[in-house]
Amino acid sequence: MLNKLDRALVRELQEGLPLVKRPFLAIAQKLGMSEAEVLARVRELIERGVIRRFGAAVRHQDLGYVANAMVVWRVPDERVPEVGRIMASFPEVTHCYERARAPGWPYNLYVVLHGRTEEQCREAAARIAEAAGVSDYQLLFSTAELKKSSMKYFLK
Amino acid sequence: MLDELDRRLLNLVQTRLPVAPEPYRELAQELGVAEEEVIGRLRRLIEAKIIRRLGAIFDSRKVGYVGTLCAFKVPAERVAEVAAEVNRHPGVTHNYLRDHEYNMWFTILAGSEAGLNETLREIKERTGINECLVLPAVNIFKIRVNFDLA
Repeated sequence: MLNKLDRALVRELQEGLPLVKRPFLAIAQKLGMSEAEVLARVRELIERGVIRRFGAAVRHQDLGYVANAMVVWRVPDERVPEVGRIMASFPEVTHCYERARAPGWPYNLYVVLHGRTEEQCREAAARIAEAAGVSDYQLLFSTAELKKSSMKYFLK
Repeated sequence: MLDELDRRLLNLVQTRLPVAPEPYRELAQELGVAEEEVIGRLRRLIEAKIIRRLGAIFDSRKVGYVGTLCAFKVPAERVAEVAAEVNRHPGVTHNYLRDHEYNMWFTILAGSEAGLNETLREIKERTGINECLVLPAVNIFKIRVNFDLA
């Protein structure tokens, strides 16, 4: 659980690291903390995995990775841990999740593939299918991005 | 649009931004340019929306939030109107159209299970879409969003 100071820090950090010489000092002054304390707490949040990555989130479409396919796979439950690891090891795979099945929807493993073309995505899916020994799958290409935003946590 | 220094800077900051008193000075040293140059370029990349977020990328579960992926079957002529209702909710962070009979795929995050169910109930009620898959994650094998710009 995050305490009150952590939540306040999350609220500041989600606005983006200030573009000043001493950004952590700028945050510290807003929160009435010292710069050293802010740095220590940020490091602790990274260690605990609350901060997954401290870096920049970049729009990949602008970088030429325009094709994006979600591939849904039907995998026997007992093979999910093994197959999940195999699929996650492919560099083209940016996301790999196990999800609950739904009525009329037997798929339980989901990967997101990014490529420069749809063909690259299809070809990667075929290689993954072979490596994982899973033949029941569908590719769902995105045709439009309707929304993509970063979550704002702990807003009133 | 992006020059070589932009690419080197993006490659660097995607994976690691120093958690140190002067992070931009450290990046500048690594790139062999002035600190002001790094700050100026980062500002420009953010304004151009090439960088969506600088700094902390959170794990929503560890922050204490719950979430799910949802898929709707939306008639083609209603896509714009349904998207407007879905996207209105701040907890909906991603929404994509996909070439499938389930054509609208979106994620919802909320501070509690009850909040999540309430958002989903409201979206379904206000759009009248009943053909809906609710697909919460039970296990995460990988999340990586770095791209090599070299």
